[in-house]
Amino acid sequence: MLLTINGRQRRLTVPPMARLLDVLREDCGLTGTKEGCGEGECGACTVLVDGVAVDSCLVPVAHVEGCQVVTIEGAAAAKRSAKALQNAFVEHGGAQCGICTPGMIMAALPLKAGASRDEIKTALAGNLCRCTGYISIFNSVEAALSPAKKGPPSRVALRRASAHARRR
Amino acid sequence: MPVDARTLTLQRPRNLKAALAMLAKEPTLTPIAGCTDVLVGLHFGTSDTRQFIDLWSLDELRGITSKPILRIGALTTYTEIIASPLVQKRVPMLVAAAREIGGAQIQNRGTLGGNIANASPAGDTLPVLAAAGALIVLRSASGERRVSFARFYTGYRTSVRQPDELITAIEIPAIDGRQWWRKVGTRRAQAISKIMMAGVRSPADHLRQGYGGQEAGRHSCKVRIAIGSVAPTVVLAEAAAAVLSQGGAIGDAQAALRKEIAPIDDLRSTGDYRQQVAANLLAAFWKDTE
Ligand SMILES: Cc1cc2nc3c(=O)[nH]c(=O)nc-3n(C[C@H](O)[C@H](O)[C@H](O)COP(=O)(O)OP(=O)(O)OC[C@H]3O[C@@H](n4cnc5c(N)ncnc54)[C@H](O)[C@@H]3O)c2cc1C
Ligand code: FES
Ligand code: FES
Repeated sequence: MLLTINGRQRRLTVPPMARLLDVLREDCGLTGTKEGCGEGECGACTVLVDGVAVDSCLVPVAHVEGCQVVTIEGAAAAKRSAKALQNAFVEHGGAQCGICTPGMIMAALPLKAGASRDEIKTALAGNLCRCTGYISIFNSVEAALSPAKKGPPSRVALRRASAHARRR
Repeated sequence: MPVDARTLTLQRPRNLKAALAMLAKEPTLTPIAGCTDVLVGLHFGTSDTRQFIDLWSLDELRGITSKPILRIGALTTYTEIIASPLVQKRVPMLVAAAREIGGAQIQNRGTLGGNIANASPAGDTLPVLAAAGALIVLRSASGERRVSFARFYTGYRTSVRQPDELITAIEIPAIDGRQWWRKVGTRRAQAISKIMMAGVRSPADHLRQGYGGQEAGRHSCKVRIAIGSVAPTVVLAEAAAAVLSQGGAIGDAQAALRKEIAPIDDLRSTGDYRQQVAANLLAAFWKDTE
């Protein structure tokens, strides 16, 4: 089977009903895509197929033959907003344990610049996070997509900076 | 235990004709569309099917047209339904239901045909299609037939679809009047319904109000109400609808409704809860569509 993953063509011998998630992690060594639930509930396994966010645990690999698959490893090369998202997640405390983060970033990638809070919530409705309580994730995505290049530093960043200063 | 993917086979027909020929020869093949139900069943070992036939690449099953009747291809995804100006205009309650299914990832893959064929009592589009009076287009190698939605299901997870038939499209006649949809789940996104209701209230009712109630006693409006997750299959609440059509009181309609449904206790809710919520939804429908 000929697949295009992160812009690179790969010829793989895999069963057609194998989950795209397993093919990515086990046959391609791309372990950035996480498995949370294996039943479409958590979104940790989100990848883009021809630009559209899907749960890779629910996609048989046969369905992506001839498609462009993008995983978190290829996000930065595929979409300009990926780097901004990464920075904003650091800045605004959008990641704690991090298991949901690749899925959150992949689900946020199709959003357009300047997306509203409602649009962000709709895009991320299929992604669960056990740590952050979501607000800091929404803040991160909003900041990354806001047209204003640099806003004021977030409260998390300020708190971190002062804790850092105290420690020193 | 997840099923080992190496034990699964997948036939991949190039077009609908080839798919129907394969099914005629091997009716035990299980069709796959967006796989949002199929792969969950395989991963949790609750599904015993091992031989599949792929519909995902059959473009004949995609697309939304309206000449003259609204026709939605079986492979149409929720995302496509939500984005369709035609569906937004003609069946807004279907758009409302599609928006509340899963999250974006599920909406990008889950199909209308899959929701119908999967035949879960909690399938969110089913009450909408029942209230809309939809027709299901079934096709096998030997021909095509149309089944009215009200006759499609025969019991819990069973339908009149024969193993060699595919759902190719859903046809929805023009709907007069106000459409209404409400889903009750544990949270706003990614939640399976505890109960859901779709309703249509025809404009004849506004006419009646215009005549100062002179026509009371006659059929003063047309009402269709369908409820999901309150019985083994979707329920068309005809008695409750008849009470309301004839200008009856909402309390009488609620009493009629309670007799038409038989909700069970399950892990999502109790039967008593569903009885009460169904009655509340009926009142909300009637008030909102005034
Ligand atoms: C996380 C998650 C959340 C979900 N949330 C909801 C929800 O809120 N509401 C809801 O209603 N559902 C929900 N679902 C269920 C599911 O997404 C829908 O039922 C979906 O519409 C199934 O479509 P599919 O194309 O993925 O079907 P598949 O999984 O491919 O197939 C489902 C069944 O239909 C058969 N089939 C599919 N297409 C055809 C056809 N054209 N002709 C004949 N048989 C066919 C298959 O053989 C199979 O038995 C959810 C699922 C998940 C994983
Ligand atoms: S692992 Fe795929 S959605 Fe949870
Ligand atoms: S950061 Fe831990 S699950 Fe989201």
